Amino acid sequence: MLKFITIIIFTMLLSACSNMANLTLYQQLDGKAGLERLVDSFINQIGNDEQIIHYFEHANISHFRAGFINHLCVLTDGPCEYTRDSMVEIHTGMHITEADFNHVVDLLINAMNEQNIAHSVQNKILAKMAPLRSQIIKI
Amino acid sequence: MNRLKLLLVCVTTFAVFDSFASQGKLLATPGVSQIEGSGGGGIVPWAQLAGYASEDEFAVNGFCSRADVTDYSLDVCGAQINLFNRVELSYAQQNFAVPALDTEIEQAVTGVKVRLYGDIVYSDWPQLTLGAQHKSLDDGTVATLVGAEDTSGTDIYLAASKLHLGAIAGYNWFWNITTRYSEANQLGLLGYGGTNGSEKLLFEGSTAIFLSREIAVGVEYRQKSNNLGLGEQDWQDLFVAWMPNKYVSVTAAYLDLGSIAGAPDQTGWYLSVTGYW
Repeated sequence: MLKFITIIIFTMLLSACSNMANLTLYQQLDGKAGLERLVDSFINQIGNDEQIIHYFEHANISHFRAGFINHLCVLTDGPCEYTRDSMVEIHTGMHITEADFNHVVDLLINAMNEQNIAHSVQNKILAKMAPLRSQIIKI
Repeated sequence: MNRLKLLLVCVTTFAVFDSFASQGKLLATPGVSQIEGSGGGGIVPWAQLAGYASEDEFAVNGFCSRADVTDYSLDVCGAQINLFNRVELSYAQQNFAVPALDTEIEQAVTGVKVRLYGDIVYSDWPQLTLGAQHKSLDDGTVATLVGAEDTSGTDIYLAASKLHLGAIAGYNWFWNITTRYSEANQLGLLGYGGTNGSEKLLFEGSTAIFLSREIAVGVEYRQKSNNLGLGEQDWQDLFVAWMPNKYVSVTAAYLDLGSIAGAPDQTGWYLSVTGYW
């Protein structure tokens, strides 16, 4: 009996996994609403962080919010087109250090945890964003 | 006594540098402390430099480890300094106990490591590091007795490592490969070289999966040469590392060290703690 139940649970898990695999990251994040919640958490994290907040001193937060939601939508294969300034244009002159970049990654992870985003989904998002680093730091 | 002094030096140093604690790397990416004092896994030095220093920071770390196998035990304490994530300097004091002979073998290891290229998370190619470990026995009596040619020696190694984000069913996957040029017998605790051989190129590897941000499980392998003709065998371990924050890490492992000085099947446990400042 126990064996039977184990097999059923295992099969359910497997099918759950394969269903997840068919969904885009965007869908796994609950689409636009999920991205909005995530970016709001992230902005809240930044707002409360002494190390990072100074980079946003002259930033228009609603512009940043819309831009980041749009960018995440594109990165997670959502139904969006990238309509914002290039990463290089946005970050030129900010002189973001390696350490501060990684600290922002920490804040994004905090925000993803706050939104109860699954560990594997978090990693896939980070994997999509990691290649952008060279267009962001030390410029 | 020596270890106590080292610990005191460490604590004082940490207290002084505490306010500069560097946190510039992502959690868990520096790895832990290896038994010869370098940043690495447990038995293999990795390409990452110990500590959380980014290119604008420096870091100081201290660690103690204990390995307990069938007929022997090894205690190690040491420290690393990471300068701008470019250079790692390390020092470790090893104390190898042989209860059957009621004797202890002590060895000091001084290490240097230079990052040649890359970042284990962000660069297209793996991070690449060149390192050296100079080891010297306090007392070479046992080494000479078993037929070793020298009581000190220098290992040179080249290491490559990479962390692949979300690579295995969404989990982060890490690997490291190291090639070491060495004539050490059992880390050098049984001296250097022998009638059966001398310097050789040896291969070492580690791989791990991160079950969460804080916990990694993995395996390691370290090829050994049999210079003394005492049947020295390759080492392996299965480890769990817990890195709850950027101040401390704890590693536990199951060791399979094969035959040591004629005593076969040396298996047992390993525990290591590193503090990061």
